[in-house]
Amino acid sequence: MNYLKATTFLIAAALAGTALAAETGGRLDIVVQPEPPGLMLGLVQNGPTQLVAGDIYESLLRYNTDLEPQPSLAKSWTISDDGLVYTFTLQDGVKWHDGTAFSADDVVFSADVFLRETHARLRSSLKYVDSITAPDAQTVVFTLNEPFGPFISIFETGTMPIVPKHIYEGTDYANNPANATPIGTGPFKFSAWEKGSYIHLVKNEDYYLDGLPKLDEVFYRVIPDAAARAVAFETGEVDVLPGGSVENWDVPRLTAMEGVCSTGKGWEFFAPHAWMWLNNREGPTADKRFRQAVMYAMDREFVRDVVWNGFGKVPTGPVSSKTNFYTDDVNIYEHDPAKAKALLDEMGYNGEPVRLLPLPYGETWQRWAEAVRQNLSEVGIKIEIDATDVAGWNEKTAQWDYDMAFTYLYQYGDPALGVSRTYVASNIAKGSPWNNVQGYVNEGLDAKWDAAAVMADPSARADAYVDIQKTIVDDVPVAWLLELEFPTIYRCDVQDLVTTAIGINDGLRDAWLEK
Amino acid sequence: MAALTQVFGRLLKAVLTLLAIAVLNFFLVHAAPGDPAVVLAGEAGAADEQMIAQLRARFGLDQPFHVQLWTYVSNVLTLDLGYSFRQGAPVLDLILDRLPATLLLTLSAFVISLTFGIALGVAASARVGKVSDSILTTFALLFYATPLYWAALMAVLVFSVQLGWLPGFGYETVGADYSGLARVLDILKHLILPAATLGLFFMAVYMRMTRASMLEVSQMDFVRTAKAKGLSGPVIRRRHILRNAILPVVTLAGLQAGQLIGGAVLTETVFAWPGIGRLMFESLAARDYNTILGVFLVSAAMVIFFNILTDVIYRLVDPRIGART
Repeated sequence: MNYLKATTFLIAAALAGTALAAETGGRLDIVVQPEPPGLMLGLVQNGPTQLVAGDIYESLLRYNTDLEPQPSLAKSWTISDDGLVYTFTLQDGVKWHDGTAFSADDVVFSADVFLRETHARLRSSLKYVDSITAPDAQTVVFTLNEPFGPFISIFETGTMPIVPKHIYEGTDYANNPANATPIGTGPFKFSAWEKGSYIHLVKNEDYYLDGLPKLDEVFYRVIPDAAARAVAFETGEVDVLPGGSVENWDVPRLTAMEGVCSTGKGWEFFAPHAWMWLNNREGPTADKRFRQAVMYAMDREFVRDVVWNGFGKVPTGPVSSKTNFYTDDVNIYEHDPAKAKALLDEMGYNGEPVRLLPLPYGETWQRWAEAVRQNLSEVGIKIEIDATDVAGWNEKTAQWDYDMAFTYLYQYGDPALGVSRTYVASNIAKGSPWNNVQGYVNEGLDAKWDAAAVMADPSARADAYVDIQKTIVDDVPVAWLLELEFPTIYRCDVQDLVTTAIGINDGLRDAWLEK
Repeated sequence: MAALTQVFGRLLKAVLTLLAIAVLNFFLVHAAPGDPAVVLAGEAGAADEQMIAQLRARFGLDQPFHVQLWTYVSNVLTLDLGYSFRQGAPVLDLILDRLPATLLLTLSAFVISLTFGIALGVAASARVGKVSDSILTTFALLFYATPLYWAALMAVLVFSVQLGWLPGFGYETVGADYSGLARVLDILKHLILPAATLGLFFMAVYMRMTRASMLEVSQMDFVRTAKAKGLSGPVIRRRHILRNAILPVVTLAGLQAGQLIGGAVLTETVFAWPGIGRLMFESLAARDYNTILGVFLVSAAMVIFFNILTDVIYRLVDPRIGART
């Protein structure tokens, strides 16, 4: 009896001990889909790369789910009153994963030399930058030539990953052998990559924030089939399914499992916005009335509820409700087939067939295209679905060989970073599926977009963007479909996984396992 | 001697065929719409002209088409499969990296299907018309008709999700750091479902073929002679019937062997098996030209190699074939 009591006591003591230490240690298995082409975030910025490399590389700032800047490699920062000088003070004691000390020179090299050459999206923001200097090893100063409004939003890891100067300076960046074993400053270090199977990261023991990261190791698992990914989660092989890694109809089944949590947060910065390009140059889609008719003909609520299982939000226009300077003070396109028919009659639409190019990203998108075809045929628009694979889709949209084409783009927190690029005439150029592909030209608006980007006063910017949104919603250059929401599905014992505006892309710094 | 000359002639023809295949592949792959630079840039969600131009220059796509073709062919002639810019590694390394996993899977499936297929075929032919024969042929027909993809998913659902007996996907337990025998057993456990699924179809084919061929041969005169000699049933079946009935099976096995490299795309995808089929499929989606061409070429070489090997085996099984030519 005494013996039993003693063991009980010991067990209790052991449990108490682990409860105190519950926060550190452990392993996390996360699905990454598709397998990233590389992990050097300065060279490749696609989703899977950032998911993994977001633990290895860091930028100066992070953003919370309200898109407010938070310290990362910079511990503090000031912005001059005229909005032209940004001064960052860097963290103390930061080391690269190979042990070399990190300094302001690395930041200057990354932003001014490396990324200027390799990072298309950052390049378009850097044109507002006059100089980047490092007055001392702890300080970086960005001086702008115009008060570019969203400048404080460009210090996110995928937008401005800080890369090691001592490894890349003077080399051929793309072919540097170090790309295979990325060196960053982040909370996790690269350990191994078994191509086709997994990527293994281990805790950075020398991380500059005390007590972080909590996890010992992370495995990013490559599982090519969507059904197999759902099975992997069901059988406990993986702990986290990042947004979009299983088909929508599997989501309710998985989230209903015991001990499984999900969140739609962690996409505020990207704010994926789905629409159909409508070719503004030729065919029926060149007529504004036709494009408005498309908007009225579509039952977007239905698609949200059925095709997307209730995830997402029906957008009012070009700016996502998650993005700064959003307004709903615009014409709202309800599902109104009668109005659509009236508009088609008014323009004299003759039943000319319209080609619809779905996005080849899986079953959900196929069904979405079918739903749109059904809605449009209800008002008398004849649709031919044009099926292709991803590379073919890229080619057709980039070469303007379509009438209507599904797509979705990220907004990066600010209309000047992620919205205007789709609508300004200066961004019409064949060869890229991510610019003004529809060929929308509105010179009056172009001037307004340009002006709004460089207003130092936020309330003046807000007014300008309300004005822009009203006009553009009336013109319907593209048919806005849905503010996408990709729920992250995870076991509830994973804590603090999604705490920032980019979710698990940089969330593992703080994540821990409840034991 | 004549046989050697013949094999040599076959090898020469094989090399020429391979070269023709390489050129044809080059045209085919480039005829597909899409551009690897745009795919790569597109995944970043942003691209400007400078970026696309940089990428195209790196991939060598800014060169005229005939120059690209010539570069490719001369590389192939020096056994250089080129460089995958997407993956940042030589194509040969990528293929060799994936080769063991694929060969393990396809060879296991090959052995499973051949062994069970022939054994069940012989068994069924010995019991022709009986209930056991009907059961075997029915199952063979079922496996023959079942789409591989569906069979694979069902196998995962039953043996992995419901029963929990076998791992549903992957090559080995990730992060377990097994070594020695424990690792071998771990890989074997992961191998069972994909290899069995992949082997099912050909097992059914071999079984039906063996059965039909055995029945046909067993009607022949020499079998009656053997019976008249007083030989026992099993000996007749093994030494007289089977040996004569096996040739069509060898032909088919040669066909299956040709698919050892590229024939497991679906199985590898469903079971997350890190093999060459998936490498090919993913490279195709990304228009990673060099890698696709590399995999195609190696697969073609395998097909040609096994065709020659099949011919050699014909001679061994039936010496008359060599004598006639």
